[in-house]
Amino acid sequence: MATEFHNLQELRHSASLATKVFIQRDYTEGTVCKFQTKFPAELDSRIERSLFEDTVKTLNNYYAEAEKIGGQSYLEGCLACATAYVIFLCMETRYEKVLKKISKYIQEQNEKIYAPRGLLITDPIERGMRVIEISVFEDRGSSGSSSGSSSTSSSSGR
Amino acid sequence: MSAVMMVSKKAVRRWEKLPGRNTFCCDGRVMMARQKGVFYLTLVLIVGTCSLFFSFECPYLALHLSPAIPVFAALLFLFVLAMLLRTSFSDPGVLPRALPDEAAFIEMEIEATNGSVPAGQRPPPRIRNVQINNQIVKLKYCYTCKIFRPPRASHCSICDNCVERFDHHCPWVGNCVGKRNYRYFYLFTLSLSLLTIYIFSFDIVHIVMRSMKTGFVSALKETPGTYPFRTVVVCFFTLWSVVGLTGFHTYLISLNQTTNEDIKGSWSGKNRVQNPYSHKNVLKNCCEVLCGPVYPSVLDRRGLLESSAIKGIQPAATATVSKSTDSVQQISVSRLVLHSLHC
Repeated sequence: MATEFHNLQELRHSASLATKVFIQRDYTEGTVCKFQTKFPAELDSRIERSLFEDTVKTLNNYYAEAEKIGGQSYLEGCLACATAYVIFLCMETRYEKVLKKISKYIQEQNEKIYAPRGLLITDPIERGMRVIEISVFEDRGSSGSSSGSSSTSSSSGR
Repeated sequence: MSAVMMVSKKAVRRWEKLPGRNTFCCDGRVMMARQKGVFYLTLVLIVGTCSLFFSFECPYLALHLSPAIPVFAALLFLFVLAMLLRTSFSDPGVLPRALPDEAAFIEMEIEATNGSVPAGQRPPPRIRNVQINNQIVKLKYCYTCKIFRPPRASHCSICDNCVERFDHHCPWVGNCVGKRNYRYFYLFTLSLSLLTIYIFSFDIVHIVMRSMKTGFVSALKETPGTYPFRTVVVCFFTLWSVVGLTGFHTYLISLNQTTNEDIKGSWSGKNRVQNPYSHKNVLKNCCEVLCGPVYPSVLDRRGLLESSAIKGIQPAATATVSKSTDSVQQISVSRLVLHSLHC
C-alpha cells in the first residue's frame, strides 16, 4: 500500500493539473444513478476507450445494485420502519455498504490504471453524485499548458 | 521582518462552511431550516395534547376498559415523535453546489451549444433536454448552485439549496421534504392521523362512559383539562387537516408524483408530458417511495476542513487573525489532496 501511495503522491508533487473532465449523469432511465459512457475527447490520447468504458460501466453496475428495489430493500425498509428507524443508528444501510465498495474500486482503478497515465478519478460522492471528475495532469517537464496547482477546495477529509 | 508568527491548526467541520440557509446542531449531525418557530409549535401541540390524554383519560380507561389502551397510545406517540424528529433533523437530499472547475466546465458547454449571442439580444434560457422513458424532460440550470438540476430536483428559496426529488418546504417540520426524508414525512402524517383519531375516539368513549354514570354536565366538570378545549379545538381541527394531508400524499405516492410537480401541473393536461417516473402500477409506486433504498447524504457535513489561524505578534505590524488565508490553503492543499486520496 505504501508504494502505490508513493506513486499517487509523486503524481501530485511532480505533475501539474492541466484540465478536468466531467462525466455527466445519464438520465435516460429516470433518476437512478447512472453515468454516461460517452468517451470524452480530452482523454483521447491519454487512455484506451475500453478501459474507460469498463470503469464507468462497473461504477454504473455498483450504483444499480445499491438502488435496486427488490426483496432485500423491502426487508430492510420494513424492519427499519418497525423499529422507527432507530436501527439505522447501529446498522449500516445497503447503500452505504455499496458506497464503500465503490470507494475501494475507485482507489484501485486510480492506482492500477489511471495514475500511471497521469489521470485521477474523484469519487462521485464527493461531487454530490452529479459527475465523475477526472483530473488530467501534465508532467512538468513537458511543454503542455498547465493551469497551476489546484486552488479549489476539491479535497475533503473524512 | 522580526514578527513572531504563530500558526495553530484548528480543525473546522465542513458544515460550518456550507452555503445555504440551514442551521446545524450537534456538530453537524442535525440539519434544519432557519425558521424553527412553527416546528416548536408542532412539538408543543403533540406533546401537550398527548400528556393531557395520558394524565386525564388514561387512568380511567385503563381501569374501566383495558390497560392496553394507554400502552398502544404511548407506542404510537413515540413513533410519531421519532418520525417527526427524523424528518426535521435529516438532510432532505440537498445537492452540493458546483465547485469552480465544474461550474466553468458547464459554462463552456453552454456557450458551445448556444454559440455567440449578438449584442443586445438576451441569451437563450439554459435548458437541457433529456429523454426519460421516451418522454422529453427539460432540465433547468440553477444560477445559484451553478448546476443543471437533475430531474425532479428543485431549488428551495427558503433554504437556498437545490434538493433532489423536492416535494415542498414544510414549516411544521422546519425542513424541506425531499428524496431522503419523504418517507419519514409520510409516516409522520400517517401516524399522527392515527394518533389523532385514536385520541379523539377515546375522548368520546370516555365522555360517554362518564355520562352514563354521572350525567353529561358533571362529567364535563370532572375533566376540565380535556373538554371542551382540547377535544374540539385541537383534535377536531388537527383531524381534518392532518388526515386530509395524509390522503393527499397517499394519492401522490400512488402516482409517484411530488407536491411540487402537482402544484406546477407538470404531468397533467392534454399537451403535457405524461409522468415518466410512474410505474403505472399503484403498488409498485408505493413500494418504490416507501420501501426503496435509504439514500445516503451527499453533503459531507462532518468532514474536516483544515484551516490555520495566523497571528502576527509585533507592535509595528497590524495583527491579522484570519481563519484561512489563500496562501496557506494553497500550500496545504496538496496535503489535503493526499488525505482525500488516502481515504
